[in-house]
Amino acid sequence: MKRQRFKTWLSQWREDRFDWTSETMGELHPSAPQAQPEDDAWRDRPVRRLYEGELKFFRSTFSYMAAVLAFVMIFFLLRAVVEMPNFGSADSPASTSPVIKRYIEDGLKETGAVNIVAGVILDYRAFDTLGESHVLFTASVAVFILLLQTVPEKEKERERRILQDDLILKKTAQVLIPLLVLFGIYVLLNGHLGPGGGFSGGAIIGSSFILYSLAYGPERLSSLINMKTYRAIVVSALFFYSLSKCYSFFCGANHYETIFGPGTPGAIFSAGLIMPLNVAVGMVVACTMYGFYTVFKQGRL
Amino acid sequence: MFEEFFWNNRIQCVAVVLFAVGFVTLLLHRNLLKKVIGLNIMDTAAYLFLTSLGYISGRTAPIITDGAPAMEKYVNPLPAGLVLTGIVVSVSVTAVMLSLSLRLYRRYHTLNLDDIYQEIHREQEREP
Amino acid sequence: MNFCLNFVLFLVVLSLMSAVLCAVTKDAFARGVSLALSAVSCAANAVILTYVGGEMKNFTYMMGHYPHPWGNELRLGPTEALLSVAFSLILFLCLLGGHKGLKGRIDPGKEKYFHTMVCLLQAAFLVLVYTNDIFTGYVFIEICTLASCGILMSRQNGRSILASVRYMIFSLIGSGLVTFGIIFLYAVTGHLLFPELKESVAALWAGGQYRMPLLASASLLCIGLAIKSGLFPFHLWMADTYSAAIPAASGILSGIVSKAYVFFLIKIIFNVYGTDMFYASGLQNVLFILGCAGIIVGSVQAIHENNLFRMIAYSSAAQIGYIYMGIGLSPEAGITAAVFQILTHAATKPALFLTSSLLSDTAGGAKKFKNLQGIGYANFFGGFTFSVEAFSMIGLPFTMGFIAKYLFALAAYDSTAVKQLPALLVLAVSTILNTFYFARTVIRIFQNPIRPHTSRPRAGMGMEWSFYAAAALFIVLNLALGILSRPFVDFLGQCLSIF
Repeated sequence: MKRQRFKTWLSQWREDRFDWTSETMGELHPSAPQAQPEDDAWRDRPVRRLYEGELKFFRSTFSYMAAVLAFVMIFFLLRAVVEMPNFGSADSPASTSPVIKRYIEDGLKETGAVNIVAGVILDYRAFDTLGESHVLFTASVAVFILLLQTVPEKEKERERRILQDDLILKKTAQVLIPLLVLFGIYVLLNGHLGPGGGFSGGAIIGSSFILYSLAYGPERLSSLINMKTYRAIVVSALFFYSLSKCYSFFCGANHYETIFGPGTPGAIFSAGLIMPLNVAVGMVVACTMYGFYTVFKQGRL
Repeated sequence: MFEEFFWNNRIQCVAVVLFAVGFVTLLLHRNLLKKVIGLNIMDTAAYLFLTSLGYISGRTAPIITDGAPAMEKYVNPLPAGLVLTGIVVSVSVTAVMLSLSLRLYRRYHTLNLDDIYQEIHREQEREP
Repeated sequence: MNFCLNFVLFLVVLSLMSAVLCAVTKDAFARGVSLALSAVSCAANAVILTYVGGEMKNFTYMMGHYPHPWGNELRLGPTEALLSVAFSLILFLCLLGGHKGLKGRIDPGKEKYFHTMVCLLQAAFLVLVYTNDIFTGYVFIEICTLASCGILMSRQNGRSILASVRYMIFSLIGSGLVTFGIIFLYAVTGHLLFPELKESVAALWAGGQYRMPLLASASLLCIGLAIKSGLFPFHLWMADTYSAAIPAASGILSGIVSKAYVFFLIKIIFNVYGTDMFYASGLQNVLFILGCAGIIVGSVQAIHENNLFRMIAYSSAAQIGYIYMGIGLSPEAGITAAVFQILTHAATKPALFLTSSLLSDTAGGAKKFKNLQGIGYANFFGGFTFSVEAFSMIGLPFTMGFIAKYLFALAAYDSTAVKQLPALLVLAVSTILNTFYFARTVIRIFQNPIRPHTSRPRAGMGMEWSFYAAAALFIVLNLALGILSRPFVDFLGQCLSIF
C-alpha cells in the first residue's frame, strides 16, 4: 500500500488530468478518440485521494509557508536596501548622473517641452513609450480573444434587465460628464506644458465614457464608439505613432534634421511631435479603457 | 542605529516589505482575485521604490517655467517617466489576468485555483 | 553608416504596424501578413548579418537624436544578428508548418488575433535581442509575456485558459523580480543604458561599494529571467503550457520565447555586469547547480510521462537546463556551448511539436503512446521527421544535438576541477535518459500497430505541402548545421569574443 502511494506520488505529474475538448467549439472535433478503458485503469484509482491529501497539507501549511517566504525575501532585500544611497539625498548616483543634468538643463531647448518628464518619455526615451502603448494594445487584443462573444442575442436581454432608471446617477452624470471630457482634453493637450499627457488624459476621457454608459446604458454610446470606430481610432492613432516615431528615429540615427522643431517653449503648438503623440495616445487609451469596461460587461463593443 | 539603517531609507524599506507581501500573495494565495491584488501590490511597491529614487529633498517638480533651468532646482525626471511606463504595463497585465479569471469563473463558478483543479479532475473522471 | 543598419528599426516598426493591421482584417489576410512578416524579417536580418559579420564589430544604433547615456539605443553586433536570423527563421517555419493546424483549433473570426500576437512577439524578440537599454528590455519583456499568453489562450478551451493562468502567474512573478532588479541597478548606478551600466558596475565592484545591492540586483534579474524561461524549480508550468497550446504556438513558445529570455540574460551578464563580476559573484554556481538538476529532473519526469506532448515539454525543461549549465560553466567555452544549444533547441523543439501534432491528428487526436503505436506507417513522413529530430535531441552524430553536447563536454573539460566531473557526469547520464525516452517513442511509433488506425484523421493539419516544406527545412537545417558545424562554431566563437 505504502509503496503504491509512493509510486503515485512519483507519478503525480504523469497524468494528463486536464485534457478535454474545446469549450467553445466542441462539435468541430467529432472524431476525438474514445479512451480505451484498459489503457490507464491501473493508475487511475489512487491519484484523486492523494491529490486531496496534498491539498489538505498545502492548505494547513499555507500561511506558515507564506510567512516564511515573505520574511526571507524581506530580510535579503532589506540587507540590500540599507546599503543604498539615502532617501532624498542630492549626491546619490541617480541624482548626480550626467543623464539628469542634460535632461534638465538642455531638455527645454532640445525638445521644446516645458514639462521635462514629457520630453523624456516622448523624445529622449521615445522607444520605450512606443513599446508601452503597444503593451496596452496587446492587452486589449488578449481581452478580445478571451471575452469577445459572437452571439449577442441572449446577452442583450440580460442587459436590458440590468439597466435601471437611476435618476440620481443620471443627473450626476449630466453634470459630471461635460466637465470630465473637458478636463480630459485639457490634460491631453497640455501634456507638454504641465502635468498631464496622453495616458492620464485618455484615462480621464475613458472614465467619462464609462460613466455615461453606466448612467444611460451602452446602447446610446454605441453610435459613438462601436467596433468600427474603435478600430478606426486605434489603427489610425497607432499607425500615426509608429510612422512618425519611425521617421524621427530614422532621422536621428542618420543625423538628419527632422522637420519638427522644438518651436517656442510654452506655446500650445510647440515641442515638435509631443503634442500630437499625446493626442494619439490619449485616443487609444480612452477607447481601450471604455473597451475593457464594455467587453468585460457584455462581451462586445 | 534604527536611524542609520532604516530611517534614512524609509520609503525604500516600506517598498521592499510591500513587494515581498505582494510577491507571496501572487505566488501562494489560492484565490485568483487575491492573486491579482497581490500582483498590484507588488507592482505598486516597485513604483514606490522607483519614485523615491527620483526625489531630492528641497527641490521641485521638473516643470520649467522660468526659462533658466538649473539642475539644482529640480528633482530627477527620469524615474517619473519610468513609473508612467510601468503603470501602463501593470494596467494591461491586470486587465488580462482579470479576463482570464472571468473566463475560469464562468466555467467553474469558483475563483479558488484548488477547487478549479479538483473540478477539472472530476470532469476528467466522468469522461470515458 | 551603412543603410542596412536601419533595417532593424524598420522591422520593429513594421512588426508593430502589422500587428495593428492584423487585428482589424480578415483571418486569411492576417495569416498572410504574419507569414510574410517573418519571412521579411528573416531576409532583412540576414542582410544585417552579412554586413555586421563581415565587419566583425558592434554597431550602435540611436533611436532618436540622442546618443547613449541619454536616449534609447539598439546594439547591432554579429551575435545579435545571428540570433535574430535564427529566431525569425524558426518563427517562419513554425507558422508555415502550423498554419493549417490553426483551422479547427481557434474560433473562426479570432484567428486574426492569434496572428496579431505573433507579430507582436516578432517585434518583442527582435528588440530583446538587439536592445542596448535595460528598461526597453523590460517593456518588451512585458509585450513578450502578454503576447505569448495570447497565443497560448487562443485555443479557448478550459484547459488552455488554466494553463495561461499558470503561465501568466509565473511570468508575472518573473517580471516583478526583473523590475526590482532593474530598479536596484538604477539606484546604485544612475544609468539605464548598457555601456554606462557596465562602466559604473565595474567601478563600483572594484571599489567595493554597494556590493549587496549589486549582488541583489544580479540575483533578482537572474531568478526572474530563469523563472520566465523555465529553469528547474520553476519548470512546472511548462508541461501544461506546451501541451495545452496550439502546435504552432507551443513551437513558438518553446523555441523562441523562452530562448529570447535566456539570450537577454546572457546579454545582461556580458554587457551590464561583465563576466569578471558575474563569475566572481557565485551566482554562476547557482545557475550551474540548478541547470544540472533541471537536466536530470526534466529527463526523469519525461520518462514518467505517457502523453507525447507532455513528454516533449519535460524534455524542454531538460534542454533549458543545459543552457544554464553552460552559462554556469565558463564565460568563453560555456557561453559558446550555451548559445549553440539555444540554436539547437530552437531548431529542434518546434519541429518535434509540429510533427507530433501531425502524428496525433493522423491517429484521430490520440496523445497517449498506447494509441500512437505504429502511427509511423500511417504517416511515414511525419514519423521520419520525428525520428530525425528525436535523434538530434538524443545527440546522435550528424545532428546539431551532437555538436551541442560535444561543445558542452569541451566546456566542462576546460572548466574548474570542481565542476568538471559533475558536468561530465550529468551529460553522460542525461544522454542515457534522453535515449531512453526518445528512442522508446521512436520505436513505439514504428512498432506494429496493435489495432489498425480506423479513426479518420482530424480536420486541420492534414497532408499539406506547407507542412512538408517546413518539416523538410527543419531537417535540412538540423543536418546542415550538424555536418558543417566547424565553420559555424568558429564563426559563433568569433562573434561571442566581441560580444
